[in-house]
Amino acid sequence: MRGSGNTGLVIKLVLVSVSTFAFGIFAMPPLYDKFCQITGIGQAGVRVEAPRDLPAVAERKVTILLDANANSTLPWEFEPVQRRININVGEASETAYRVRNLLEEASAGRAVYNVTPPTAARYFVKTECFCFSRQSLLAGEEKEMPVRFYIDPELPEEIEEITLSYTFFPNPDPDTASGTTASGSD
Amino acid sequence: MSSIADTGITHVHDDHDHDHKPRGFLNRWLFTTNHKDIGTLYLVFSLLMFFIGGSMALVIRAELFVPGLQLVHPEFFNQMTTMHALIMVFGAVMPAWVGFANWMIPLMIGAPDMALPRMNNWSFWILPFAFTMLLSTLFMDGGGPAAGWTLYPPLSLQTGNSFAFVVFAVHMMGISSIMGSINVIATIINMRAPGMTLLRMPLFVWTWLITAYLLIAVMPVLAGAVTMLLTDHFFGTSFFNAAGGGDPVMFQHIFWFFGHPEVYIMILPAFGVISEILPTFSRKPLFGYAAMVYATASIAFLSFIVWAHHMFTVGMPLEGELFFMYATMLIAVPTGVKVFNWVSTMWKGSMTFETPMLFAIGFVVLFTIGGLSGLMLAISAADFQYHDTYFVVAHFHYVLVPGSVFALMAGTYYWLPKWTGMMYSERWGKLHFWLSTIFVNVLFFPQHYLGLAGMPRRIPDYSPQFADFNKISSIGGFAFGLTQLIFVGVIVHAVWVSKKKARARVWEGAIGLEWTVPSPAPYHTFEKAPDIDESMVPHADEISH
Ligand SMILES: [Cu+2]
Repeated sequence: MRGSGNTGLVIKLVLVSVSTFAFGIFAMPPLYDKFCQITGIGQAGVRVEAPRDLPAVAERKVTILLDANANSTLPWEFEPVQRRININVGEASETAYRVRNLLEEASAGRAVYNVTPPTAARYFVKTECFCFSRQSLLAGEEKEMPVRFYIDPELPEEIEEITLSYTFFPNPDPDTASGTTASGSD
Repeated sequence: MSSIADTGITHVHDDHDHDHKPRGFLNRWLFTTNHKDIGTLYLVFSLLMFFIGGSMALVIRAELFVPGLQLVHPEFFNQMTTMHALIMVFGAVMPAWVGFANWMIPLMIGAPDMALPRMNNWSFWILPFAFTMLLSTLFMDGGGPAAGWTLYPPLSLQTGNSFAFVVFAVHMMGISSIMGSINVIATIINMRAPGMTLLRMPLFVWTWLITAYLLIAVMPVLAGAVTMLLTDHFFGTSFFNAAGGGDPVMFQHIFWFFGHPEVYIMILPAFGVISEILPTFSRKPLFGYAAMVYATASIAFLSFIVWAHHMFTVGMPLEGELFFMYATMLIAVPTGVKVFNWVSTMWKGSMTFETPMLFAIGFVVLFTIGGLSGLMLAISAADFQYHDTYFVVAHFHYVLVPGSVFALMAGTYYWLPKWTGMMYSERWGKLHFWLSTIFVNVLFFPQHYLGLAGMPRRIPDYSPQFADFNKISSIGGFAFGLTQLIFVGVIVHAVWVSKKKARARVWEGAIGLEWTVPSPAPYHTFEKAPDIDESMVPHADEISH
């Protein structure tokens, strides 16, 4: 009995380790994206829709705080035109961000975003955003970029304040506009 | 040579020269397939790594002796914290346990060798190459990895081209431990002597069986994570790069899905060794053997669902914080069972305090301190204050140094006479224990206070308010480091100098198959399966009723 049946066992154990490797590298990233979508973490949770007729505006105010960052590797000045706005839920709203290229040459970037608290993400509906595409700026160019959105009236009662935050990253090559694990929302 | 290599696979034809070790240094050590030789290789290698990693810790403690930057560049300091951890975890503690497994598991279950002796040779000989590669990064352009052993991106992606060497070194260590684990599992499942049923196995064998399963489940996940880092660094993927649609936080999830089970990989065999030693020197059977087995299995199971307690501050949903907090606290239950059973084993026993017993008792007390600070860290609301401070450093060093490392030392003293055939010097062993215990506390206890006062970890400089405790901690560090030279001295003495022969049953209270073979254990043992009677297995009576 001693020493018999090693081959079968070894094959099984090797299969286990190969499949956990595959699990880590192939299953974890999509599972993680799915998880973020469900929980509203990162940009995966935010809804993106074509502009359409909105449901009647409810008389309920929410405060939207707007935040902007440029990654340290991208020498751009990037800020919201308004830092906070007060809107009604369901109301089609618009705000804008201002961006300026501090470089002596043209450069391009792409913004990623998230919404806090994460539970608010799925009620935050974007109809237009500069983050949907790559942005290129000429040397020293400045521009204002609009964001159009509304808040789904189903927004849970306890949420009175929502932060929308953007970070611009360099994106020199148009081919790499979306990454390996790009979240489904864009 | 070839007949020896075959002994583990088939022993239909017993070889005729089995008491003769292979001649020549290369044949004996490079090509060996003997579990005892390979065990020795692992143990010597890990001791060497323990001193290399320890010297790096001393560079850290020397820089932190007083505030300000004096000895090393901050970049080098960061490389030291990173390398210290990688070497201690993957080069010292893990291979040391594999060394114990190699030496002791066949002896404890009555097997002639490990199930796959040739693979065994491979899994060891990969390691020196892996660590040469890892250490060589320190001399490369841009230096070695400096982002901490957790290798979080984006910081770890700023490592220079040496990063590829780090990743491949981690791959090799991973392959080595997976092969080692497959061997342990195959040995325990297939090579037990008749009568050595699963629930009669010594606890050390049990804890290693569970550890081996943990290893094959999570080492590949680490390999996957570092592979993704590699492609992000060199091939333009964006798994963890926000600019390309990835998420650096995902790395933390994957890493800790490996990382938390990893800490149990380092501690479960320690639980096993302690559960062998306490009964021997209390002259009582282990209290609650079956409970110990089930507790170990539950700890292993829970280790898969608690990983995010390392990332409470990344911005998780409240439900996540609560789940990981409660799941983590749940681990205190099986761990508490273990501590309770160890104490009950000693309760009203006829205790004597030889060096292995001293280290084992030191383990129970000091590991429990580390366990308690772990519970504090599990409280997610409080963790926001503790996170990334020296409190965390104090916590995991308490479970790893007077935890895993003390258990390794306890085990070494316990089985050294079986390995060498000679008694070590009890006097120097005890001195080693007392100095280690005093200075490990001088070294790590003040770090709790530093952390609570807000000193961040992984920094080469600090605010002057932290000066006193850092000075105490550094003094403890240097004294602890020097004390370990006694350990080397005791081993060298026991191998080459000592004249005091050890009996087969080295300790009068020791029960188990390993004590039925002569000391030193002959080159080949249990080529014919032993007849196991109740007196040879410590837990036989629990099962027979
Ligand atoms: Cu953990």
